[in-house]
Amino acid sequence: MSPDRRQFLAWGSAAAAGAALAPGLRLIELVQARSPEAAASALERWGLLIDIAKCSDCDVCVSACNEENGLSGHGRPQTDAHWIRKVELRDKRTGYAQALPLMCQHCAEPPCVDVCPTGASFKRDDGIVLVDKHICIGCRYCVMACPYGARTFVHEALSGQKPDVPRGKGTVESCTLCVQRVDRGETPACVQACNRDGASAMLFGDLNDDASEIHRRLRSEPSRQLRADLALNTGVRYQGL
Amino acid sequence: MMRFAIAVLAAVLSVAALADGQRAGASRVAMPTIKIEKGEACVAPTGDMRRNHMKYLLHQRDRTVHEGLREPRFSLKQCIDCHADRATGSVLGENGFCASCHAYAAVKLDCFECHTPLRETGAGAAAMRKAAKAR
Repeated sequence: MSPDRRQFLAWGSAAAAGAALAPGLRLIELVQARSPEAAASALERWGLLIDIAKCSDCDVCVSACNEENGLSGHGRPQTDAHWIRKVELRDKRTGYAQALPLMCQHCAEPPCVDVCPTGASFKRDDGIVLVDKHICIGCRYCVMACPYGARTFVHEALSGQKPDVPRGKGTVESCTLCVQRVDRGETPACVQACNRDGASAMLFGDLNDDASEIHRRLRSEPSRQLRADLALNTGVRYQGL
Repeated sequence: MMRFAIAVLAAVLSVAALADGQRAGASRVAMPTIKIEKGEACVAPTGDMRRNHMKYLLHQRDRTVHEGLREPRFSLKQCIDCHADRATGSVLGENGFCASCHAYAAVKLDCFECHTPLRETGAGAAAMRKAAKAR
């Protein structure tokens, strides 16, 4: 081993020790807004934790999503865009009903990416599953493959899109975890609206950062993935289900 | 005498027809409206931008969508912010910076089937609010 290499390794171990003094205590905070020149990194994995017990009978998350992303309906629920929707679960024997917000689960092993013939459906390095609409051909294989029914197809020509959320006829779309806001260091619109309303049923954070609130709660409290049997390792987790 | 009169008439008619043809020729092709609304210089020299703007946009689009790099230099939003017409707030329309040149060059413009052609401030913001209300 040359002295240069030895020196380099010593620096590396010193840096590692400095970056994490103790579990949960860091000199360098991981969660912060990236600069526009920094790419999405696999060091992070963005996710949500949704507490069904705190989820009340409102739909502020849905309307905030529609507002942020400029989604509009044509009054045809079968084909209208839904990036997030409230789903009611009812126990058939007891009649006990629960409602939960359901959106793209941002799987670590996304079936929509597996089936996409053009590579339009992809997972960003930080775990956000997106559609590159420039190369989407509108075949809708991903709509079929998604076990959560999270994706919708744009059937009609659109106008009045938001500058940060381009959408167009002939492409598939779904929850982007408000990627334009995440890149600015903000939380998704649904989470912000839920917290503003005082319900605080939704928590957004970095699943990889053991100092984050979401990591702490997932570590210390019970939570579930929807369709855990599919072993997709979802980025959206639920409590009180 | 009769023959001379016919020759004169024919000459007058042909000159009139020629002048007419020239006028029509000038108005048949709509020249692009190149009005720079904001800033002294573009992000690259004018000749370079005219030849290569589509390549820069294509490259930036992949960096932004796949890597999350939102560099302002070649971002479509920045193009629109400087070049959108101040009256309509748009790069499309009859005198729109993008639309008029693409009409002149007979090249189909696909960007704005998904992206908004409106800038986020001024007349563009007003048009956006109107669109949001119509939704």
